[in-house]
Amino acid sequence: MNALLLIDFGSTYTKLTAVDMENEEIIANAKALTTVQSDIMVGFQNAYGIMKDKCKGKDIQFNEMLACSSAAGGLKMIAVGLVPDLTAEAAKRAALGAGSRILEVYSHELTLREIRDMIQKKPDIILLAGGTDGGNKDCILHNAKMIAMNIKDVPVVVAGNKKANDEIEEIFMQQGIDYEITDNVMPKLNVLNVEPAREAIRDVFMKKIIEAKGMKGVESFINGILMPTPAAVLNAAKILANGTDEEEGIGDLIIVDIGGATTDIHSIAEGEPTKPGIMKTGLQEPYAKRTVEGDLGMRVSAESLWQTVATRKIKKFAPNLTYNVQERCNYLAQHVNEIPKTPEEIEFDEAMSMAATEVAMERHVGVLEDVYTPMGKVYSLNGKDLSNAKYVIGTGGVLIYSENPGKILKAGLYSEENPKYLKPMKPKLLVDKTYILSAMGLMAVKYPNQAIRILKKYLINV
Amino acid sequence: MKNNIVLGVIGADCHAVGNKVLDYAFTEAGFEVINIGVLSSQEDFINAAIETNACAILVSSLYGHGEIDCRGLREKCEEAGLKDILLYAGGNLVVGKQEWTPVQKRFENMGFNRVYAPGTSPEVGIKDLKEDLKSI
Repeated sequence: MNALLLIDFGSTYTKLTAVDMENEEIIANAKALTTVQSDIMVGFQNAYGIMKDKCKGKDIQFNEMLACSSAAGGLKMIAVGLVPDLTAEAAKRAALGAGSRILEVYSHELTLREIRDMIQKKPDIILLAGGTDGGNKDCILHNAKMIAMNIKDVPVVVAGNKKANDEIEEIFMQQGIDYEITDNVMPKLNVLNVEPAREAIRDVFMKKIIEAKGMKGVESFINGILMPTPAAVLNAAKILANGTDEEEGIGDLIIVDIGGATTDIHSIAEGEPTKPGIMKTGLQEPYAKRTVEGDLGMRVSAESLWQTVATRKIKKFAPNLTYNVQERCNYLAQHVNEIPKTPEEIEFDEAMSMAATEVAMERHVGVLEDVYTPMGKVYSLNGKDLSNAKYVIGTGGVLIYSENPGKILKAGLYSEENPKYLKPMKPKLLVDKTYILSAMGLMAVKYPNQAIRILKKYLINV
Repeated sequence: MKNNIVLGVIGADCHAVGNKVLDYAFTEAGFEVINIGVLSSQEDFINAAIETNACAILVSSLYGHGEIDCRGLREKCEEAGLKDILLYAGGNLVVGKQEWTPVQKRFENMGFNRVYAPGTSPEVGIKDLKEDLKSI
């Protein structure tokens, strides 16, 4: 049987998914602890062994192996721009959409103090933006010089004012900086152009970062590590929403991914106002948007989750809790491998995940504000109006293993109590029960038609 | 010649027609117009001017609250490093039919380089802007 092996080198687990290419079915899943400290192949071989056991008796030939990775801390990035709300924000959105973890965003002219700060944070890639095309170039030139003189070993993706590119190229060549120049993330004011920067980041990731993280050996065995894991999830979302050459897409959708350290929200939608009389303000929104909440997680970030949402919100979702919320969150943060067993423990985890979903969605969607004018009240919208999104899809451990994934996802929907957040009103709820989203995003790079059909088959209505 | 200009309607003002007319007229006259549209705050004007390296900010106000909305714009520009940027204002800047000269004086005292009375045609502003840019 002709099969495809999809590999996700995660921060904790190396996960394998075997796909039957002829029948378009998932054959089996397997996972083992990631071993990035010694040799990443050890963990892979362990998982591969489990996979082979599961496939015993079937005649399976893995003709191709594709991988994504968030091992060794994932793809860590720093974004640099000019005005915080404009090019710095645009650079941040581009980096997030490329599947990175943002360590910090800097704006205006970099100081030596900030440069020292940047070095300490150990980024994998710096994204340098600033100025619209034909706009300000002094700032990006200053920042390019500061980086070139002080940070030699970090690749830089340049996506700023095109007028500055020649000079930046000269500076970087002289100083031996690894760089890639691409189109401006904000070519005109408030116009976002994130795709070229995302591509350039993915390019650098494949060429340089894999090697720097000691994962080069993997590539002799498999056919390539194509992208960071979050980028694979976003890719799956895009394919599923838009469709492919052969298959229809399912339309606007949102993915809620609740992990131990972060809660990620992906939305694939234009997000235009759904009601009349609304003025859009602020920077243009990316069609495929990813936000990452580093303070909302089930384990590593359990403590910061409690600090952010407060005890009362967790109690709102589980009024009969017997736990001291703060103590339980502290405990979970220190015991990151804890799996809930008793009904109380499960209820607590669900309440946490509902609070995380509610807050992460509030931060992702557009906010409606009342503006009082002499002509009466008007509304201004900052962000995406996702009221009419057709689907909300849940993934991540807590949602996949929960018996009530629908209940958790509903915490992220529109609520009369907070009508200013334009969250989906009546979406269909789906759950990624077999944990295939990132694998299908990866597969879709080469086999989009098969990937979308498998997604449609394996995402379950709840 | 520097020719990027930021255009917008300040405050809680939604009058979009004049804004489009000015956008058209200044673009036709050869300027690169960065139009931030209606409902724009002082910060929106300033951020746009920094990012696009603009040489002038053209503020419209049609609903009578222009004086309140424009106050402090010059000071904020200076704070943001836009030292010599030209500031123009026009529209129906104040409520009712007030005598024009004192109104103009008040806006000039607020740091505006040019202030236009209701009904001024765009050509006047274009001519002034070309003139003012020669001296920069």
